[in-house]
Amino acid sequence: MDQVRYEAPETLDAAIALLSDDTTASTIFAGGTDVMVQLHSDLIEPEVIVNVKNIPDLIGIEEIGGVYTIGAATPVAELQEHKEFCEAWPGVIEGAELIGSVQVKGRSTIVGNLCNASPAADSVPPSIAAGATVNIVGPNGKRKVAVEDIVTGPRQTSLKKGEIIVSTTFPARPPHSGDAYLRLTPRTEMDIAIVGAAVNLTLDDLGICTTARVSLGAVAPKFLLVEECANALIGTRVDKNALYALGKAASDAADPISDKRGTRDYRVKTIAVMTLRAAERAVKRAREN
Amino acid sequence: MATILEESGFNPDADLKVVGTNPVKHDGLDKVLGRAKFGADVYLPGMLYGKIVRSPHAHAKIKSIDISEAKKLPGVKAVITGADFPEIPQGSGWGDMSRTTIAREKVLFDGHPVAAIAAISEQVAKRACKLIKVEYDVLPHVIEVEDAIAKDAPILHDYMRTKGDEDAPDVPTNICEKMVSKIGDIDSGFASADFIVENDFDSKPMHQGYIEPQGCIADYSQDGLVELWTCTQAPFVYRDRLSAILKIDAAKINVQQSELGGGFGGKTGFYAEPLAIVLSKKASAPVKMTLTRTEVFRGTGPVSGTKSRIKMGCKRNGKIVAAEAELYFQTGPYTGSMYFNAPNAMFTRYDLPNIYIEAYEVVSNRPKVNSFRAPCVPQIVFGVEGLIDDMAKKVGMDPIDFRLKNAATEGHTTIYGDTWGPVGFVETLEAAKTTEHYRTPIKSGEGRGISCGFWFNRGGETASTMTLAPDGTVTISTGTADVAGSRISIAMMAAEELGIDVDKVRVKMSDTNSLGFNRVTAGSRTTFSVGMVVVDNARKCIGELCRRAANEWGVAEEEVKFENGEVKPASSNVGDFAPMSIGDITSKTTMTDGAIVSSSSMNVTGAGPGFGVHIVDVKVDEGTGRVDVLRWTVIQDAGKAIHPLQVEGQLQGAAIQGMGWALNEEYIYTQEGQLDNPGFLDYRMPVASDVPMVDCKIVEVPNPLHPFGLRGVGEVPVVPTMAAVGNAITAAIGIRPTSLPMSPPKLLDLIEKRDTLYP
Repeated sequence: MDQVRYEAPETLDAAIALLSDDTTASTIFAGGTDVMVQLHSDLIEPEVIVNVKNIPDLIGIEEIGGVYTIGAATPVAELQEHKEFCEAWPGVIEGAELIGSVQVKGRSTIVGNLCNASPAADSVPPSIAAGATVNIVGPNGKRKVAVEDIVTGPRQTSLKKGEIIVSTTFPARPPHSGDAYLRLTPRTEMDIAIVGAAVNLTLDDLGICTTARVSLGAVAPKFLLVEECANALIGTRVDKNALYALGKAASDAADPISDKRGTRDYRVKTIAVMTLRAAERAVKRAREN
Repeated sequence: MATILEESGFNPDADLKVVGTNPVKHDGLDKVLGRAKFGADVYLPGMLYGKIVRSPHAHAKIKSIDISEAKKLPGVKAVITGADFPEIPQGSGWGDMSRTTIAREKVLFDGHPVAAIAAISEQVAKRACKLIKVEYDVLPHVIEVEDAIAKDAPILHDYMRTKGDEDAPDVPTNICEKMVSKIGDIDSGFASADFIVENDFDSKPMHQGYIEPQGCIADYSQDGLVELWTCTQAPFVYRDRLSAILKIDAAKINVQQSELGGGFGGKTGFYAEPLAIVLSKKASAPVKMTLTRTEVFRGTGPVSGTKSRIKMGCKRNGKIVAAEAELYFQTGPYTGSMYFNAPNAMFTRYDLPNIYIEAYEVVSNRPKVNSFRAPCVPQIVFGVEGLIDDMAKKVGMDPIDFRLKNAATEGHTTIYGDTWGPVGFVETLEAAKTTEHYRTPIKSGEGRGISCGFWFNRGGETASTMTLAPDGTVTISTGTADVAGSRISIAMMAAEELGIDVDKVRVKMSDTNSLGFNRVTAGSRTTFSVGMVVVDNARKCIGELCRRAANEWGVAEEEVKFENGEVKPASSNVGDFAPMSIGDITSKTTMTDGAIVSSSSMNVTGAGPGFGVHIVDVKVDEGTGRVDVLRWTVIQDAGKAIHPLQVEGQLQGAAIQGMGWALNEEYIYTQEGQLDNPGFLDYRMPVASDVPMVDCKIVEVPNPLHPFGLRGVGEVPVVPTMAAVGNAITAAIGIRPTSLPMSPPKLLDLIEKRDTLYP
């Protein structure tokens, strides 16, 4: 690592100005839990690091009428301690909780997990399944984008030069809703998902699934939001047949690579199992509330 | 030269006050407070930082190395290549060692050092590394054993012929050595068998996974003296090897070992040290070098990956009558894998009339292998203990009873020619049977496996001094590195012999200038061998204390005795003298004959073999092939546990290392022969939450040749691990995994295969 300039602006405008400068290679630093590792292993060589943790707009959890907006630099540990959010989105928390150890979660953020743009990121599939959107500010103003439209490929996002994600918005939950995220790793923790599956669904008063969103991680260059998986559940009681169809749809949608973390064949097989198990967990939660 | 205490003084009924207790380790506080100095913790005035340029190719001819641009970079003080090292012919032991340190004619693995730089900062050194231009002529490479022994395999060394194979044709080969071991007549053995079991097995290289990457600082003075501070298991071995490959007199090299952040065999051979010395000589300044984790994985040696075929036969009554094996061991680019341990240990613990083993050592384009606890044995025992379980099932016997039926006992003559004294294999098996773990029935859906292991345990050259301070406290200098907490056990043995409190004894890890040659800490030799010379020193000091007291009292030496830390008259007839403590005597050395010191040097023999039994429960997720290890118990004969908690630590650590080797740890290579997972994220060692509490039961069948009866304990406990996990998985899923690691994808395939075979 050569000499790097460190900036900690206190306003969004100042941060955008720094990040928009075409003459310097910059990187946003929120939790820093990816950036520091990448810096030390020479994977990135920025000239300026812009710490955004001092910008008030980026910190905090706000709830209005069941809609949650979470500041982009809010650490995962704060989300974990927010009882109401944890009850509303247990699947999102299941993903977020996997972002590192206890110490790492004191700094890491779900937006950082998203912008790092690894197709194996654990908090992203449940956010996509939740129907979450991110609020972006940049040199050309504000825009809202669905989470599934941010990552375009490994280490690539649709964010433009100078743009910052300010917050993530999770929609209000109808009754009888539940979500869940499950990932497969050989070890119990401190590992990268071989496959990950998030299911978010809502049942009617009779227990029939009315809406569903299923998102898969680590089985394609980007996160998948699989309509066929949702269709396997909608209109059913999420019974054995529906779960089997869901698993098959997940395997069919998967187009993974073989790499050091798992073979294509193994990923295709296990995404079915993990999606099915995530759905079982989500429907149990939906039936309980 | 003594090799053992003539009278060990071992007394099974001794009333021991210190040995067998669990005092706080003297080096513990510094470690938990972060004050202990490890390899990277020394800073010298004016020191430079060294970095290594490594080959990106698995196999290539070096056409040229251009260092001119790097030398021009401001802040760069020295650049070296293989040309800066003394020429030693390739194919010789020292030649291979020198070439492992830095490549000459060819690079032979991804990560092979080709040049090194010393600069005023790490940043400058790293930048300079990028300015070194190496022109390679890339050659076809070979990674796996089966590819390396194939007919048209790329050859690493044109000069290589198979040592120990007279029938081999006179053409280049990748097989360095062949070793045949036998007992009895294998054909008639199998002819008399009622049941025969046979299987192919394979394993991947396993990295020791020490948490401290190699770190050292070398200072080459203007008058040709070398000071080297480094984390090592073998300060004296490093000194002598450095002397040989750098052609510097051994007496001019002083190696000071640091605290060690884990070694497990991986720090028995050096990596950056010779480079740091040559850089320091060239730059006329101290040079510090610390490997990154990536370098540790790419550049340092794991233990051998293997491929084997093993066959065993037994009678209907459970008596094993024949055992045969064909074994292949990876050694990296050069010979020196310690593969011979496997034929010597794989079946040893069972009394088998007929054995035939062929073992081969094979070079390939991987880093040179290094030692790891019981080198080359656990990965082969994985197969042996699997087949033993299969035989027990065929015969219809309890797996422990089956092993008891075949267990070797005192008087057994091994395949390597030793005849055993008292050994504790039967006692260990019996103890396993009585554990709560073994007696608790396994739950449905789970699997239980048991497995056994043996390790020789070693002695070897050991030298130590003991110094008594004027206040009666004791300093021990030892040159056999403390890699796992041996200092406290050594202090305890001295305290026991001297009849004083253990906190009155301090053990110091000495530099090589201050003591005679000590062999590497390996082979589970340290507490045993150092214990031998320390007791010898204590007895010599006691003799001198008695002599001084007798002089003071004006009586003959035979008329005084040493008891409970005091010299006293041997009987009331001698006279009415108040007993004198050690301090009473040492405080008066100004008036007597000067300080009381003792030195002892032995080539220790008499290490007692060690045995262990592991019981493991697992649950396999049949949807994913993932294994959860639910329960683990280790039963092992320690002879005598000097510090029982330290012994338990050895047993638990070994179980966990074996668990990683069994389940997930493996080296993954790209098509181009580059290591694809050089880090802890993807080299999947177990994390804390993967590991159940490992229960320990220490059996004590004393080794009477040692004053306290101890046996080495560091290596036995890793030997049965993978087999125990493998047997547990077999019990859980009903089909035997034969390939290590037993990772989720492999197990899922096996479960699918089972469902096709037995729908």
